[in-house]
Amino acid sequence: MADDLIARVVLRLAGGPPRAVALSLGVDAFPIAVLFGPSGAGKSTLLRCIAGLERPAAGVVRWRDRAWFGAATWVPPQDRDVGFVAQQGALFPHLDVADNVAFGLAALGPAERARRVAEVLDRFDLGGLRRRAPATLSGGERQRVALARAVARRPSLLLLDEPFSALDHPARSALRADLRRWVRALGLPTLLVTHDPAEAMAVGDTLAVLDAGQVRQTGPVGAVFERPCDAATARILGVDTLVAATVLRAGAGTAVVRAGDGELTVSAPEGLAGRVRVCVRAEDVTLRAGNLGAEGNGAPGRVLRVDDEGAFAVVSLDCGFPLVARLPRRALRALGLAAGDAVFAAIDPSAAWAVADG
Amino acid sequence: MDWTALALSLRLAAVTTAILLALAPPLAWWLATTRWRWRHVADALVAMPMILPPTVLGYYLLLALGPRSPAGALLARLTGESLPFTFPGLVVGSVIYSLPFAVQPMRASFARVDRELVEAAWCLGASRLRTFARVVLPLSRAGVVAAAVLTFVHTLGEFGVVLMLGGNLPGRTRTVSVAIYDQVQSLDYAAANRTAGVLVALSFALLALTYHAQREGTPRWPTT
Repeated sequence: MADDLIARVVLRLAGGPPRAVALSLGVDAFPIAVLFGPSGAGKSTLLRCIAGLERPAAGVVRWRDRAWFGAATWVPPQDRDVGFVAQQGALFPHLDVADNVAFGLAALGPAERARRVAEVLDRFDLGGLRRRAPATLSGGERQRVALARAVARRPSLLLLDEPFSALDHPARSALRADLRRWVRALGLPTLLVTHDPAEAMAVGDTLAVLDAGQVRQTGPVGAVFERPCDAATARILGVDTLVAATVLRAGAGTAVVRAGDGELTVSAPEGLAGRVRVCVRAEDVTLRAGNLGAEGNGAPGRVLRVDDEGAFAVVSLDCGFPLVARLPRRALRALGLAAGDAVFAAIDPSAAWAVADG
Repeated sequence: MDWTALALSLRLAAVTTAILLALAPPLAWWLATTRWRWRHVADALVAMPMILPPTVLGYYLLLALGPRSPAGALLARLTGESLPFTFPGLVVGSVIYSLPFAVQPMRASFARVDRELVEAAWCLGASRLRTFARVVLPLSRAGVVAAAVLTFVHTLGEFGVVLMLGGNLPGRTRTVSVAIYDQVQSLDYAAANRTAGVLVALSFALLALTYHAQREGTPRWPTT
């Protein structure tokens, strides 16, 4: 099946040399594909190229059977039939909520436009705000209006540029859930840019990891998070520990590696050998007080430091290699761990994933 | 008090303002948004009338519009009348003379319109023209009003260009400031006082009204 969205473009990121970026997303990438990466990776620039707000130095942008950009092709944003939502919503401050939503519906007759506005406001639970000025809305309300405005035109592709990053935490999680619901109900293909791993997990179906102007990995969200393709990608995805190790024996989907003074059984891609990095997420490490259970998969070690992180505690360990564990504070209290204590860090082989070092 | 001259000045100011309200917005928008390499040259050209001595400007316009210049000859053929020493000639001079006073406030407020809003309008299918009319202009109301008032008041008080280009024909080209000059030349200080007073009061009233109308949009030291 041909790819739905293709953006192979040369970008000129702030100050740097031109870089070729290639993003391809198939039909199954949607409803919500997430373009994820650290700030400065070029995600927003790439999104703006797709929207037509930025003109790449060279390349191709295609959406389904339409070419939006090419050597001799330039389709202006007005004709791309996309919905675009910016970080702060970019609501027109001189228009009320209903007029903001109606702005993109100029082509419709007055009756049809009014009907569409009412329908969209209703769907986004904005009926009570229709005559309010944007300045009087909360951040969450503003972003809901911005989404409603973009969706009202029934675009063929919805582009969201970190739409929730300016919101406080409760508003953000509420809107994420709403976004999933709305986009699924509308069957509207959506490409969302974010630098927040939690957001990518919460809303995405497909994940494309962008770093320094390069797409490193594309795949289903869960698979990419659990099985990053290399060490750099794992770091970007927020893997807490990357243990330096050497492959001793490799089998079907698993490998035994030497890490520090001990051995670990881990999951690994086919054919992995030599020096590797084992990705271990802090929440996948189970701690046992003392050196008990040394026969299980894991490593004995000592507690270096305990940090509070709200409801969780982060325990830094020395197991012959540095390791980080995250556990509920209540569990930590039950273990009675403090700096200097001996522990055994158990690691489920399926939760540890080895990648080539580099 | 020369009421004919005052009426003529008001008419000239009104016509000039109307023309510049149509001419200046596209020019100001272009200046505010262009990435053209020589934009500073365009900026300087637009600002020129502001620093050029009005007599110099008037002198060149007189030459340019006169029957001996190709442009002047063409205009004379089209309108059946040579432009210098006529009211249309005054209008042409005033439009050029007041151009920076119309363009610069507009340009400044256009440049302050958030680029994201313009892009949002584009992505909502609005053409560049519709985006300008429905988003940029409404958000630049203060700048447009300032441009209109400045143009009007500036034209009302104009002297050098008018004298060079229009001369001093009562009812045709004698504006209120030329009338004051005449009154002083003939030592009629009482008349000059009255005319000047009316001009001061009118200009002040217009500016005060404008500031009143824009009191919401005027930046001010915050009071808490």
